[in-house]
Amino acid sequence: MKKELIKGNEAVIKGAILSGCTHFFGYPITPASEIAQAAAHYLPLTGRTFIQAESEIAAINMVYGAASAGVRTMTASSGPGLSLKQEGISYLAGAELPAVIVDVMRAGPGLGNIFPEQSDYNQMVKGGGHGDYKNVVLAPNCAQEMCDMTMQAFELADQYRVTVVVLTDGNIGQTMEPVEFPEEVKKAPFKEWSVQGDAKTRKNLITSIYMSTDALSKLNIRLQKKYAEIEAKEQMWEDFLIDGAEMVVVAYGIMSRISQNAIEELRAKGLKVGMMRPKTLFPFPKKRLQELAKTAKTFFVTEMCAGQMIDDVKLAIEHRRPVEFYGCYGGRTPAVEELKEAIELAYKKMVR
Amino acid sequence: MEKMETVVKGKPEALCATFDRKEGSDKQTTHYCPGCGHGRVHKLIAEALSDMGLGDKTVFISPVGCSVFAYYYMNTGNVQAPHGRAPAVATGVSRANPNSIVISYQGDGDLAAIGTAEILHAANRGEHLSVFFINNAIYGMTGGQMAPTTLLGQKTQTTPRGRSAMNEGHPIRMAEIIATLEAPIYVERTSCTDTKGIMKTRKAIRKAIKLQSEKKGFTFVEILTACPTGWKKTPSDSIKWIQNELEPYFKPGVYKDVSDKAEPLHRPEMIMDSEEIFKSLGLKKGKTPSSSAAAVEEKRIKIAGFGGQGALTAGVMMATAGMNEGLNVSWIPSYGPEMRGGTANCSVIVSSKRIGNPLVRNPNILIAMNGPSLDAFENDVVQGGTIVVNSSLIERKLSRSDVKAVYVPLTDIAAKVGLKAAANSVALGVFLGLENIFSREGIYEVLKTSLKKKDALEINIKAVNAGFEFAKTL
Ligand SMILES: Cc1ncc(C[n+]2csc(CCOP(=O)(O)OP(=O)(O)O)c2C)c(N)n1
Ligand code: SF4
Repeated sequence: MKKELIKGNEAVIKGAILSGCTHFFGYPITPASEIAQAAAHYLPLTGRTFIQAESEIAAINMVYGAASAGVRTMTASSGPGLSLKQEGISYLAGAELPAVIVDVMRAGPGLGNIFPEQSDYNQMVKGGGHGDYKNVVLAPNCAQEMCDMTMQAFELADQYRVTVVVLTDGNIGQTMEPVEFPEEVKKAPFKEWSVQGDAKTRKNLITSIYMSTDALSKLNIRLQKKYAEIEAKEQMWEDFLIDGAEMVVVAYGIMSRISQNAIEELRAKGLKVGMMRPKTLFPFPKKRLQELAKTAKTFFVTEMCAGQMIDDVKLAIEHRRPVEFYGCYGGRTPAVEELKEAIELAYKKMVR
Repeated sequence: MEKMETVVKGKPEALCATFDRKEGSDKQTTHYCPGCGHGRVHKLIAEALSDMGLGDKTVFISPVGCSVFAYYYMNTGNVQAPHGRAPAVATGVSRANPNSIVISYQGDGDLAAIGTAEILHAANRGEHLSVFFINNAIYGMTGGQMAPTTLLGQKTQTTPRGRSAMNEGHPIRMAEIIATLEAPIYVERTSCTDTKGIMKTRKAIRKAIKLQSEKKGFTFVEILTACPTGWKKTPSDSIKWIQNELEPYFKPGVYKDVSDKAEPLHRPEMIMDSEEIFKSLGLKKGKTPSSSAAAVEEKRIKIAGFGGQGALTAGVMMATAGMNEGLNVSWIPSYGPEMRGGTANCSVIVSSKRIGNPLVRNPNILIAMNGPSLDAFENDVVQGGTIVVNSSLIERKLSRSDVKAVYVPLTDIAAKVGLKAAANSVALGVFLGLENIFSREGIYEVLKTSLKKKDALEINIKAVNAGFEFAKTL
């Protein structure tokens, strides 16, 4: 297709429709409302379903129902809404239903404000609901990836029967950039386990309740196996000016874009700094970090929060290298200059 | 289900012949207590589905409550839902497969406490569901605590001295509430006690399911049933208690029935043709160049003005023109409360390189369309940068001398070509004249795709040209 200058939030919906998503259930919240608005505009044009639910709780449960019935379905929200969805997400995991959720992160806690933050990392990556489960979490950093990763989310969700979260923030959602959409419309595969109101699927049951400890153990073992397989196969990342880097910046989403500028400028000054950008937050690109830990002297994590992903970096490299941190919260997006200074300071400490 | 045999003979087809999903070795009897109302209602539903030949088409939503295991018994497609969310889950199922018969089965805690929002809104949307609401005035599954339908004075585990209106409020009458809504077509309350009550319940269930099979809309049947265990009564005392205590407060009867006037409602067919889908998404076949002929040093631009001056639109046009010539571009608006103070602004970046931070804090170029915008951003511009000042509205000069000042009466020029509101197009022209990163034809093309009215298009092209010429005279 010809490129289109489009907001990341809107690219999500066009990508979703091209992925065969036919049902969107949402509830307005800034800065994710544009996704629901785009869904409300585009889906009905071709007979697809958009419902503005009465709450995020209802929306995620409509997703649960539609996913049970075998269609490709999604919802989108921001922090306060995601907190409400956690019950439903845990049920989706327990019932092994494929679903896609876009989280356009805003600042918290509480009502916080509507400006971008990256403070939903823990609740989305670690499983904010009850029980031992994981979501696959993808982290786009531009409008093209908002489309591509939404599409990929539907594939992964069906392949593994998991919830896939596209974790982004107000900046990436609001930015208009050129996006090239694919020239193909995908269709949801037939799901033999689904409940479609016909003779073929009549025998099926979607549930997350297992009364005997044996049966529930079995489910949990199966889930853990699945997560292990995902960890083995699906880690994605992008390196940036990594050759010879003695300090490796780890940043995702908007912070990777700001880091890119800072690193370019620092490289021009002769500092050996590079970046590893996780594109999947679960599975976290541990393999790559372990490799980098062999040569890098220090890691530098930067997030728009008080530090959540940093724990995963430390665990991945098993504390074998120092991990510096620069965080920015309250909804303020740091300037390139500011980050550059923070990295430089840490760098001086490293070479001293 | 012992007593049921007097009403329903044998096992209907939509009831499992043996309860194979049930834990333990007994696959013949239900998990319900003796005298419990749930089993009876299951059987009545199964009988109705069987008689109407709807077993294959049915999806039964089990709630959280004692009937969480309804799927042990219902020989239909089954989905178990979170506590109170059955109507939302049912909505998803029904919208995904509009031809299925969807039954949302709920207890009083599930429906009238934790799930109040979901039931009201599913009803209000007129979802194609049959809701069977089992009102036993108590929480059975968790061991006999107060339900929203517990009667005043009724003792439960959490109202040990009896429910008091002052502390717990009054019991909720759901059938009456649902009946106030526009969308539901049939709302009835029955009492599943004696043979007469069971026959009425049977009739109501059949009617609700039949209406759904005719796609006529939302139906709701509230059924008063016994929970001998929760009530600490014998099954026969329980029946008396329903008749003497529950029925006077929760009066059986039809609360709404407009089903004879309801027309079948068919959900739209999905269009699967790819070309139609591309068209609906406004996608255009073809290729956009992915690199530009000339390398462009990164330009970081901020355009600011008051709402209505078109600062944001000018930014989008600039970025679109850049994209069409194979450049990397980004655009991001200021949003939220920031927008309400009178200035709207956007960041635009045009570059041959991959773009980092899309937020422009220190622009090379600032286009200030009104005074507050200049005041806000003048000091952010990089040394040696350019500031375009709309001298029609800004009287003052720049307070710095380390930047290039370009004073242009954007609004006056726009008025001269015929439309004051085209000041943003004049600004675009000035930008092209100063920077020369992409062609004027490129901007014309963008204008053409965004302005459908011919005279608006012509005026804006004139405005671009006027701005361009002005910049050339500088
Ligand atoms: C979120 C949540 N809160 C609480 C519970 C515990 N719980 C299970 S069933 C139930 C009440 C069920 O009562 P009712 O809906 O009246 O059904 P009954 O058991 O009487 O048939 C409660 C509170 C739960 N499962 N989930
Ligand atoms: S506790 Fe009450 S509702 Fe639950 S099975 Fe027993 S009688 Fe039925």
